[in-house]
Amino acid sequence: MDSSSSPSDSGLLTISAKIVVAGGFGVGKTTLVNSVSEVRPLNTDAWMTEASEGVDDLPPGGTKSTTTVAMDFGRITLHQDLLLYLFGTPGQARFWFLWDDLSRGALGAVVLVDTNRIDQSFAAVNYFENDSDLPFIVAVNRFEGKPAHDLDEVRDALALADDVPLIECDARSRASAIDVLQEVVRHSISLATVSAPG
Amino acid sequence: MTDPAEDVMTVSSDEIRDAGKPRMRSKRIRPYALTGGRTRTRHHLLVETLISVPEFDPVLAESLMPESRLLYSRARQRMSVAELSAELDLPLGVIRVLISDLAVQNAVYIHPTAFAYQNSPQVLERILDGLKQLPV
Repeated sequence: MDSSSSPSDSGLLTISAKIVVAGGFGVGKTTLVNSVSEVRPLNTDAWMTEASEGVDDLPPGGTKSTTTVAMDFGRITLHQDLLLYLFGTPGQARFWFLWDDLSRGALGAVVLVDTNRIDQSFAAVNYFENDSDLPFIVAVNRFEGKPAHDLDEVRDALALADDVPLIECDARSRASAIDVLQEVVRHSISLATVSAPG
Repeated sequence: MTDPAEDVMTVSSDEIRDAGKPRMRSKRIRPYALTGGRTRTRHHLLVETLISVPEFDPVLAESLMPESRLLYSRARQRMSVAELSAELDLPLGVIRVLISDLAVQNAVYIHPTAFAYQNSPQVLERILDGLKQLPV
């Protein structure tokens, strides 16, 4: 390519990485992603209708707003040539086929947990323990005015292996959300370093 | 637990098979007709894979079918597969095939992902470094 008129960002080789944000309904995935993202969430109706039309008999135009599933999506520019994408996993079981697609190639995942609805995150923990090779951590989203929960109790309730990092966070806080992402990357680095042959 | 993916796949293949029938004219059939029913691509396209247009060619753009032309035009501003899918309101599977076709013609450039570097410690350290430098 010898064009000198190409847009400034197009000629630059840019690496993109991905972290998956999982957890059940209402545990704070959307909040966490929006706390750190520099872009608006994606309107991914096309992804959803691909899966659900014909199964759910959505009305033409897919305007049944109660079943519309927003895709949690975020982007962070880390360096001029390095972007980090965040993808939330859709909660409803019928969209689980998307989990593999969204998870493929990710550097790691975080499963968000709300201790008031801990069962909401069982499926996500199961997925990353059994059906995926992704390094993952679990982050307990604590809410204002509540005492910090005993993380050991959470680990027991989730039947979480000892080697899975378990931390607390406040999904509304940008600083806390960044900490969560750093923890995911650190965990991935530690596993990559351990498993590297030389 | 039943496997939801199985149901979905059944429906999809039925609808792809039906795509040629004139009766089927719903919005979501059209895209797969566009790809000739193809759902696989020769390029490895993750949802976060970035696409750009190294050198926009208006003549080539004119020769493309409308969906590919729109894709080609949008990708002048570097964009991920997921964002292109959302912007053009086309399923991921369709977008991947259209991108792959354009890449074969060297019309678009497919950027490497961290996964292409096996999410190596070197790449991960750069990501961690970038996260540490984010303004809070």
